[in-house]
Amino acid sequence: MTTQSIAELSQQLANKEVSSVELTKDYLARIKQHDGALNSYITVTEEIALAQAEYADKLIQQGNTSPLTGIPVAHKDLFCTDGVLTTCASKMLHNFVPPYESTVTQRIKSAGAVMLGKTNMDEFAMGSSNENSHFGAVKNPWDLTKVPGGSSGGSAAAVAANLCVAATGTDTGGSIRQPASFCGITGLKPTYGRVSRFGMIAYASSLDQAGPMARSAQDCAYLLQAIAGFDHNDSTCSEVATEDYLAGLDQPLNGLRIGLPKEYFGEGLQEGVAVAIQNAVKEFEKLGATVVDISLPNLQLSIPSYYVIAPSEASSNLSRFDGVRYGYRCEDPKDLMDMYKRSRAEGFGKEVQKRIMVGTYALSEGYYDAYYLKAQRIRRLIKEDFVNALKQVDVIMGPVAPTTAFGLGAKTDDPVAMYLEDIYTLSVNLAGIPAMSIPVGFADNMPVGLQIMGNYFAEAKLLNVAHQYQLATDWHQQTPNLAEGA
Amino acid sequence: MSIDKQDVQKIAHLARLGLSDQDAEQYHHAISSVLDLVEQMQSVNTDGIEPLSNPHEATQRLREDIVTESDRREAFLKNAPQTEAGLFLVPKVID
Amino acid sequence: MNWEVVIGLEIHAQLSTKSKLFSGAATSFGAEPNTNTTLVDLGMPGALPVFNKEALRMAVMFGHAVNAEIGMKSVFARKNYFYPDLPKGYQTSQMDDPIVGKGYLDIPMEDGSVKRVGITRAHLEEDAGKSLHEDFHGMTGIDLNRSSTPLLEIVSEPDIRSAKEAVAYVKMIHSIVTYLGICDGNMAEGSMRCDVNLSLRPKGQQEFGTRTEIKNVNSFRFIEKAILCEIERQADILEDGGKIVQETRLYDPDKDETRSMRTKEDANDYRYFPCPDLLPVVIDQEYVDAIKASLPELPSQKAARFQEAYQLSEYDAGVLSASRAMADYFETVAATCNNAKVSANWVMGELSKLLNQSNLDITDSPVSATALGELLVRIEDNTINGKTAKSVLQAMWDGEGSADEIISAKGLKQVTDTGAIETMIQGIIDANAAQVEQYRAADEDKRKKMIGFFMGQVMKASQGKANPGVVTPILTKLLNG
Repeated sequence: MTTQSIAELSQQLANKEVSSVELTKDYLARIKQHDGALNSYITVTEEIALAQAEYADKLIQQGNTSPLTGIPVAHKDLFCTDGVLTTCASKMLHNFVPPYESTVTQRIKSAGAVMLGKTNMDEFAMGSSNENSHFGAVKNPWDLTKVPGGSSGGSAAAVAANLCVAATGTDTGGSIRQPASFCGITGLKPTYGRVSRFGMIAYASSLDQAGPMARSAQDCAYLLQAIAGFDHNDSTCSEVATEDYLAGLDQPLNGLRIGLPKEYFGEGLQEGVAVAIQNAVKEFEKLGATVVDISLPNLQLSIPSYYVIAPSEASSNLSRFDGVRYGYRCEDPKDLMDMYKRSRAEGFGKEVQKRIMVGTYALSEGYYDAYYLKAQRIRRLIKEDFVNALKQVDVIMGPVAPTTAFGLGAKTDDPVAMYLEDIYTLSVNLAGIPAMSIPVGFADNMPVGLQIMGNYFAEAKLLNVAHQYQLATDWHQQTPNLAEGA
Repeated sequence: MSIDKQDVQKIAHLARLGLSDQDAEQYHHAISSVLDLVEQMQSVNTDGIEPLSNPHEATQRLREDIVTESDRREAFLKNAPQTEAGLFLVPKVID
Repeated sequence: MNWEVVIGLEIHAQLSTKSKLFSGAATSFGAEPNTNTTLVDLGMPGALPVFNKEALRMAVMFGHAVNAEIGMKSVFARKNYFYPDLPKGYQTSQMDDPIVGKGYLDIPMEDGSVKRVGITRAHLEEDAGKSLHEDFHGMTGIDLNRSSTPLLEIVSEPDIRSAKEAVAYVKMIHSIVTYLGICDGNMAEGSMRCDVNLSLRPKGQQEFGTRTEIKNVNSFRFIEKAILCEIERQADILEDGGKIVQETRLYDPDKDETRSMRTKEDANDYRYFPCPDLLPVVIDQEYVDAIKASLPELPSQKAARFQEAYQLSEYDAGVLSASRAMADYFETVAATCNNAKVSANWVMGELSKLLNQSNLDITDSPVSATALGELLVRIEDNTINGKTAKSVLQAMWDGEGSADEIISAKGLKQVTDTGAIETMIQGIIDANAAQVEQYRAADEDKRKKMIGFFMGQVMKASQGKANPGVVTPILTKLLNG
């Protein structure tokens, strides 16, 4: 089965060249065939998918459709789905069936899309390799010995392997962009507040943002159009009006000013990645853009700032998992304290427990000012860097990650080394601006992602820039060779 | 700022995570290396810079005082490990 | 040694919003367990809070009533701790930037002095659920109906120096929140709960002694008793050269003592930080001013008006304005009968007596204010006299009907027909010739005393229905011959 865009599939569905049920069955068959090796899904919702596909076909018969009607998609397993297991890849929620639907999945459902299942991830979205999953690591479809990136690794791998047309992800410090980069797909982290967080199981509330992961910028635009916009259930969701993300895609890039921050091209950047990025920038120049050298002087500080703020918020956000109302409770607790301590120690994985403890420490009496408040002050410096830079340029470009996908297990012994790899993505979340990852080539046979960062609520601009590049190149159409049964 | 193993147990207790001595040893190492990593913040002068807790510095929206939800107890209790008479059950709480 | 007691109070007032602080669940009391809950109140994964507009308005109203600074930017913070009835593992409260800042209250004391108590702050926070300890196979049941119900926590300065002052302060707060209509003030149902911080120091010493906190004292009477016995306990320890342990204590009304709550093995570290799911609450001067303009009359203002407009004594005005229900009742009575002094006497006298006997609140009075007013009209227009009116009120209390119905059914209308009265008096004069002789022979002073005998005879003959105002001149005229 060749990969096709949402626009193409939508056209074929409308022309009755294929039905949604047929399409859905194809994808379910592909999942059966390949996901044993990839482990990109935690739950495959076959029955729901077929029922939704049937319903979509009815809507198509009636001509009552949206561009997503009948399109098979997958959701990261931290979006609450009514009546469907939602685990956050944690033993803590191994049996949690939400009594409600998240805003993101509801909107995609309302647009007529078909849910194939829930994708694997790093537990509670904490990780950059998808090795921190209670349900096992996800493999990179380009090389099964490599990680897909994280935390939305299941979504990235599933899209790359064409086990769904598109997927949802969430990005707290790079969790959409980095796996998109590692798996050679397109991913967008919208502006903080562009998409509702209601029903998204929180990692770090002031950084978390949901976004689309798909083959192309155009596909991402279709998904963003469905999910973006105000939601009265989320106090942090913005009332700024959404744009027509598709209408702007065709704008030419003449006169586009691209900022290249020198901090993104320094030590530690893998040579092949640097080359791919430089080539991509040249391509943009051919499309009429000009390049400006800029600086984001506090970039380095995004690592300490993030690794204080995110764990602090997480330590509080994850307190609700206490074995009382849902989720894992230890066997035969001898008293209340024992129930709390064993349920949480047995229910959470090591990385999650570590971050909870780091955050607990950072917020504790006597350390709050030196850690939490200090990190929030630095956060302002980082935001100001972007605000100033974006006065000079329209978009900022650089690599998503210093390297291509690394080997499974290669960094599990040294998590701090893995934290350092987040250097190019964290600052975007701290500032709250939107950013994309698009595939721009390969280094050592693994995909390389270009990061495009823009101003607050400039998603339409980012998608336009990415789309123009994708019209001129075909990196986004490259697909991994999946062996039979692998 | 560095922490010792006892600090780890204290933090774990605050966070209600039951750690064996061996766990505490491992976490001591792991947490210390994160704290070392974030230590570089301390060298930055942030005098006069206001903490930023929300990227947009937006303000809170207000909800009308209207009852919009009805009883969904049955659905809500379904995920609970132990319930009785419409209540969530936990090991005895001693005040 | 001569000890001075230092008291600060924390009062939790449950705000009378329809829905919860952060969710659209109902706040009604006494519902079946866990039926007034939403995803937010249960701390379901992915659920998010949205702030109730009315709770904000109520908090600002309170701020105005205690002469306080209003927080133009207030911030919700998370107070982190684990407890089974705290579903999220943190309570959303306010720490550094509360909605109500520094203020004060002037409290008139019984001895005529005025006590000023400083208000440190008042902040909005969500309530927790309830742990039910009845036997569920040795387990505890958790009911989260109360979870996320809005509370205003009112913190006083340590300005209070006696149990009496403490009670007067709590009564004043109670009166303010009920006047404002922001809290029903029902202490038995926990709508208003009080924590007492108390320490002793030698008289004249500046610095405070070590304090204890008595949690959840839930009636005016218990506040007074708890304070008195905690003062005694602390004084005993200090007199013996001992030290006070800073701790949380509970008041046991059955044994009339305070006792230590099991000390936790570790000090709490609540790790407050700004709640990232909620944004700073920013209000403008226009909003604050509009609320100020819309404030209802407060108890102290009402008392002043009662003195002025109704010519009531300071004491009467104070009693009648203590609760909004009492004041409203009184004003309705006064408006109906058009005599404030008589209304005040009846509301504070006969009606209050009946209410006390039945242990009823004025809002539950079986005789409405209008009904009582109509009864008083009948005294004013001489239909009945005061003594008869008391028996009519009792009959009204017993549900026998309106004043007019009872007067008519029992034939209690005063006789005011002068002809009939004259005939009746003539009969009495004829039947008591000897007394009439004596009367006529007596001087002015003696006559005044002796006329009471004839008055009694008239009342007896008329079964109390003769109007004394009509009887007296006729009787005098006929006696004088």
